[in-house]
Amino acid sequence: MSEELYYKSASELSELLDKKELSAVDLMKATIARTKQVEEKVGAFNSYDEVDALAQADASDARRAAGNSLGPLDGIPVGIKDNLAVNGQPLTCSSKMLEKFVSPYDATCIEKLKSQGAVLWGRLNLDEYAMGSSTENSAFKTTSNPWNLDCIPGGSSGGSAAAAAAGQAVMTLGSDTGGSIRQPASHCGVVGLKPTYGRVSRYGLAAFASSLDQVGPLTRSVKDAALLLQAISGHDERDSTSYRTETQNFVAALEKLRGRKWTLGLPKEYFASAADTPAMKPVLEAIEFYKSLGCEVKEVSLPHTDYAVATYYIIATAEASSNLARYDGIRYTHRAEKFDAKDSVDIYCQSRAEGFGEEVKRRIILGTYVLSSGYYDAYYLKAQKVRTLIRQDFEKAFENVDALLTPTSPTPAFKKGEKSSDPLSMYLSDIYTISANLAGIPGMSLPCGYSDGLPVGLQILGKPFKEDELLAIANEFEAAHPFKDQHPSL
Amino acid sequence: MSEKTHIDIEYTAKLARINLTDAEKEKLSGQLDSIIGYVEKLEELDTDGVEPTAHPHPVYNVWQEDEVKGELSTEEALKNAPAQRDNMIVVPKVVD
Repeated sequence: MSEELYYKSASELSELLDKKELSAVDLMKATIARTKQVEEKVGAFNSYDEVDALAQADASDARRAAGNSLGPLDGIPVGIKDNLAVNGQPLTCSSKMLEKFVSPYDATCIEKLKSQGAVLWGRLNLDEYAMGSSTENSAFKTTSNPWNLDCIPGGSSGGSAAAAAAGQAVMTLGSDTGGSIRQPASHCGVVGLKPTYGRVSRYGLAAFASSLDQVGPLTRSVKDAALLLQAISGHDERDSTSYRTETQNFVAALEKLRGRKWTLGLPKEYFASAADTPAMKPVLEAIEFYKSLGCEVKEVSLPHTDYAVATYYIIATAEASSNLARYDGIRYTHRAEKFDAKDSVDIYCQSRAEGFGEEVKRRIILGTYVLSSGYYDAYYLKAQKVRTLIRQDFEKAFENVDALLTPTSPTPAFKKGEKSSDPLSMYLSDIYTISANLAGIPGMSLPCGYSDGLPVGLQILGKPFKEDELLAIANEFEAAHPFKDQHPSL
Repeated sequence: MSEKTHIDIEYTAKLARINLTDAEKEKLSGQLDSIIGYVEKLEELDTDGVEPTAHPHPVYNVWQEDEVKGELSTEEALKNAPAQRDNMIVVPKVVD
């Protein structure tokens, strides 16, 4: 497969498919070949099913031949993070707990992709149960950063970001609880978009922290992010937190909002801590670019920024301890074979000891502690109140600006193993992304340059349900700085 | 709140239904003490009169009609059980 083909965007490939210059089967065969060519180095996939993918592609070709194309995603290979349910496919969450689990149903976002003819391709590696910032917490393998194989791809959607960056899938889906789409997108040089909470149904997403989790796209271009977001958004009665709002045409918005003079805010707390780091240079240059377009750039304040990581680790672990209580070794998960069966609780305790990895145990125990009698008010309730203050910070900032620009991550991708022994330092690598999840606002990461050969991301945060504006702002930058056409050498 | 920064790992792991080895207890205990020490910085903030946020968008009373839809068959529901027999999940004997 020529590089020209496997790094093409979904919209370009869709045009070739429509013109019959390419078949979905040939595209899938080429994607499989590319996956195999680089997978030993990248390690993005937990598993893939070639026969199933080729059958989906064949069905897509048949639809097109009959004049029944289901739209721009028909025949496009989309990689799926291994915490989203695809009927008949493994759903492991990169955990021994679910090593043998095969999903009996489709997540809503998967159902939507199927109804639009997308070819679901592979199960992509993640930090176990989406807990982590490096994809080193997977029970199965460590994914490498395609730009430097000694480095982590970011996490927890590290497999999704790496596969998109390496051309192993045209686009991928990830999930973002505290930055798990944006941070790996930043480290792997792709576009990652965390939608507003409630924009995309969480039905069929293995729950980590329900009030923070959101499914979203990782793609090589802004237009593809718009395309994939449009495909998966919308109200879903099976998710009680799904928001009743009209699905916008995000692709059309790119043109409609082109050339608008945005008012952009720079949160001073984000820049104060990172001003001198090498990764800041491309971010500051990107800000200068927006000024050159005639956008107004002003300093804003998010005074509770310094409390976001602490708030997040109380709320996220509390919700995780509750959500992961369902993995008890009885109904559908790993069951310990040897245990001291004084009572059924012993089965749970030993199965969970064997099935969960270190980071998951750490978070469940922390979450159990902050919810336990005597500590609930001091930790969990307090964190929920601080969450209100963090939301109010954003509401206030957005009174004066359309969107905020920040770095996505304090540093480019770090070396494997560098932070594994220090959980707190790992937690702090999500310092710029976490607040958006607490506030429920949309955020995206856009490649804006390099530091020592590693990609650097610009984060754009927006008002709730204003993904169209974020995409349009990102699109202006991408049009003038085509990082989407630069790829890692593999 | 310094008396809170030492987690009772034995008790909390029991509540969390996870057996830990002695080595795990020691390692986790130290790490969790340090994380809890860090999150205690929230105490610096005065949150009197602040409403807690449980969800980013307020959701109240989301109901749907109580009707049967295309749910999983018994076979599908049991397919992933670690042990099953006669349409039931088998669990080890825990009482004599």
